[in-house]
Amino acid sequence: MKVLLGVGGGDDSRRALDRTVERTLEANDELTVGVFGSHGKPIADVERTVQRRLEEVDLDVEIRRIDEHPASKLIEIAETEGFDQLVIGGGQRSPMGKIELGSITEFVLLNAQVTVRLER
Amino acid sequence: MSKRTYPDETVGSFPAPPEEYEDREGRTIEIRRYDGEDEALVEMYQAFDPEDRAQGIPPTDTAQIRGWIDAVLEDGLDVVAWHDGRAVGHATLVPDEVDDSYELAIFVLQPYQGAGIGTQLVEFLLGAAQAEGIERIWLSVERWNTPAISVYEKVGFEQTNTDSFELKMSMRLE
Repeated sequence: MKVLLGVGGGDDSRRALDRTVERTLEANDELTVGVFGSHGKPIADVERTVQRRLEEVDLDVEIRRIDEHPASKLIEIAETEGFDQLVIGGGQRSPMGKIELGSITEFVLLNAQVTVRLER
Repeated sequence: MSKRTYPDETVGSFPAPPEEYEDREGRTIEIRRYDGEDEALVEMYQAFDPEDRAQGIPPTDTAQIRGWIDAVLEDGLDVVAWHDGRAVGHATLVPDEVDDSYELAIFVLQPYQGAGIGTQLVEFLLGAAQAEGIERIWLSVERWNTPAISVYEKVGFEQTNTDSFELKMSMRLE
C-alpha cells in the first residue's frame, strides 16, 4: 500500500510517526513522509526528527518538505500521486486530557478524497 | 496553534451555593470541595453514560478512569455534587503550564442532567478559584453541545477562537 504520512511539530505527529514506521516495517508499505513546521517547531527540526527515526530502523523513505499550506499540499500530493492512504496525528491532549483537533486535521478530514487515518 | 486569549473584562462574585439544596427534580443535592473521595469519583465515572463523553474523556475502562482521575485530581481544584451519598457531578480546574492558566470541565451523570446541577457546580468552582487567586480560566467544548455552552456563557465565559473543531471559551477572574 502507498502511504503518505504528514508530520508536523505536535506530540500527536510524533506518535503518528512511530506507529506508521512500525506498520510500514510489518506490512512492507511504501511510505512517503511530508514534513511541515507547526506548534512552534520549525520545519528543519521536524525534518531532523523524522530522519533520525527512519535511520534508527534503517528505512529508506522519501521525505518531502512542505513549506506552506500543509493541509492542502498533503491532500494534493496524496490525490495526484496515487496514494492509498493519508496518515496524520489524531490530535493533541489538553491538560485535562481532552482531545483537540487542530485546523490542519480539520481541513484534511473535510477535503481529502483519499482514505485518511488519524493515528492515536 | 494560536495563542490563547482572555477577555479584558474580569468576572467576579459568584453566589456561594447553599450546603444543601433541592434540584429541579426535588432531589437533595450537596456541593462541596473535593476531600479525598477519589473512590466515589471512580464509581461516578464508571456509571457515566458513554454517550456523554466529550473529546475522549472520561475514559470508559476502569483502569484508565483511575489513571485519568488521579492525574486530574493531582494539582487541580475540584468540587463534587452529592446525592444520597453518591457522587453525581464533578467540576474541575486543571493547571495549564503553557500560560499559567487553568482548564475547566464539568461532568454530570445522565439522570442528574438538566436539573441545574452543572450551573451550581461551576459557580461553586469559580468562587473557590477566586478565593485561591486563580485568574485565567479556559475550556473547550464541542460546538453542538449548546446546553453546556449556555451554562458557560451564563457564568461569564466568552468565546475566544474559531479555528478548530471545538469551541474555545475563556474568562478572567477579578
